[in-house]
Amino acid sequence: MSSALNTPRYTAVGDCGVLVEFAAEVSDIANDAVIALDHVIRSAQLTGVTELVPAFVNLLVVFDPLVTDHQLIEAELRSVMHLSHVAAEGRHHIVPVCYEEQFAPDLAVVAAASGLSVEAVIDAHLGGEFRVAMYGFAPGYAYMSGTPGVIHVPRKPAPVRGVAADSVIIAGPQCLITTIEMPTGWSVIGRSATQVLRPAEADPFLFDVGDRVSFSRVDLASFARLVEEQ
Amino acid sequence: MSQTAQLHVSFAGPLVTFQDGGRFGSLRFGVPASGPMDRLAHAAANRAIGNGAQATTIEVSRGGIDLDCVTGSVTLGIAGGDCVVDHRGSIESGWTVITMRPGERVSVRAGEWGSWSYVAIAGGPVVSRWLGHSATHSMSGLGGGALVVGEKIDIAAARVESVRDGEIPVPDFARSTGRVRVVMGPQDHHFEDEAIVAFRESPYRVTDAFDRMGVRLAGAPLPLREVLSIPSEPIVRGSIQVAGDGVATVLLADHQTTGGYPKIATVVSADLDAFTQLRTGDVVEFEPVEAAEAVSIARHRAAQIEEYLGTVVSPGRTMTHRLRAENLISGAVADHGSLD
Repeated sequence: MSSALNTPRYTAVGDCGVLVEFAAEVSDIANDAVIALDHVIRSAQLTGVTELVPAFVNLLVVFDPLVTDHQLIEAELRSVMHLSHVAAEGRHHIVPVCYEEQFAPDLAVVAAASGLSVEAVIDAHLGGEFRVAMYGFAPGYAYMSGTPGVIHVPRKPAPVRGVAADSVIIAGPQCLITTIEMPTGWSVIGRSATQVLRPAEADPFLFDVGDRVSFSRVDLASFARLVEEQ
Repeated sequence: MSQTAQLHVSFAGPLVTFQDGGRFGSLRFGVPASGPMDRLAHAAANRAIGNGAQATTIEVSRGGIDLDCVTGSVTLGIAGGDCVVDHRGSIESGWTVITMRPGERVSVRAGEWGSWSYVAIAGGPVVSRWLGHSATHSMSGLGGGALVVGEKIDIAAARVESVRDGEIPVPDFARSTGRVRVVMGPQDHHFEDEAIVAFRESPYRVTDAFDRMGVRLAGAPLPLREVLSIPSEPIVRGSIQVAGDGVATVLLADHQTTGGYPKIATVVSADLDAFTQLRTGDVVEFEPVEAAEAVSIARHRAAQIEEYLGTVVSPGRTMTHRLRAENLISGAVADHGSLD
């Protein structure tokens, strides 16, 4: 895996986007650069920018072609790029998770694949320091990096259907809390008592890209109480 | 003047959903805009009955829909593709405004061309919203949702605008010519030269693998330089992604917001509405344009649409309406006869 940062590369996307790419491969340093630029653009309030979509190694700037164009956007991005040297510190969230067997059908498989006990897998997950690298796939699906290496497991050969909302799932270095019932090939290791997608709230998405996340363990009774309180 | 009205869904094909203009601004949270597959037809149906262009309509697939008016009266605007409308036994080409009275039925079916049509309701349906919009995200069902047989649609402030009844003009850009303009990239550098040549020069067919998320194409394969998985990265409506098997998919209203397949090109938005109306077997040819030209095309089309919708919203939009307006008194008597 390369940790080198390239000179930012600007590419037109259709008639209403510019993609700014920092690296060809996933790395924390590339994602740092994406998150820093995302913050800078948001505070600069560039004319005609309608959406910003941060991803692992690149940031898509979507604009209104009736107001601006690729050239103007690229020039504005170049003029603010020097402000984005340091990744802004995101908020820190502690998400309570219940690892009981009924919510964690794949814990035993992850344990076997890692050569660890189920308790050691849970401890490893609890010890992880996660960061929201990007959202994607489905509404509220926040891809978090930071799953400790000892519990890295590949995706399953085929997706499993009907994985419940609020499942805590892992694959390789990534971790994610599902928001709707969906098929997934990732390993299900617990159930979050906190929802990432809260449509009734003024701020319906719990995390922003760049936020830090850690997990705390709750038993079934506490889990039920926390869910009740929401 | 408005009143309540209720419509009953006595038949609905698959993929019939409520859609407003779209849920913009949440791409960064994994939420595509959704909204109408054909934004032009959606806006035309709405404006023709005096609704805002972004108001909630029923998006109707080729399966069609039958609506019965249970109570109240309400004017409907119907547009999209070559849809066929049967109202009170009079079958007419779609792109029409009708006024429903209690006991009447309207049937909307696909005609000679097109895949999606829109039923706009004067006053708008009572519909559930998600993140402020009724646009239905088909993968999750969030938003206004799919319409099913037996469902009742309440219209809290139904308007009767029978002065607008009659045809809606169809702009020539509503139907695809088969020429689809694209901006190459952003990952065209991942493809073999032969793939770029094939993409620019050979025809591609629309397949039957389509839904609101996208449509797969068939044609000359588009080989990648190496079997690679690029880091998952942002997708827009109109992105043409190519999976490892060299097959292209054009991503549409309910696209995933990110994905790990390289995108060879992006369809310009001016050609996307008409593209969604193509059917299985229809042939397209991609025509690359520079990004700056794509912006000019977008601006030109926006001006055309603004002018067109300005015509559509005027009750005197067609010769029929002008003739009726000259005979205003008899029209007024017919409309309000029951009040005398």
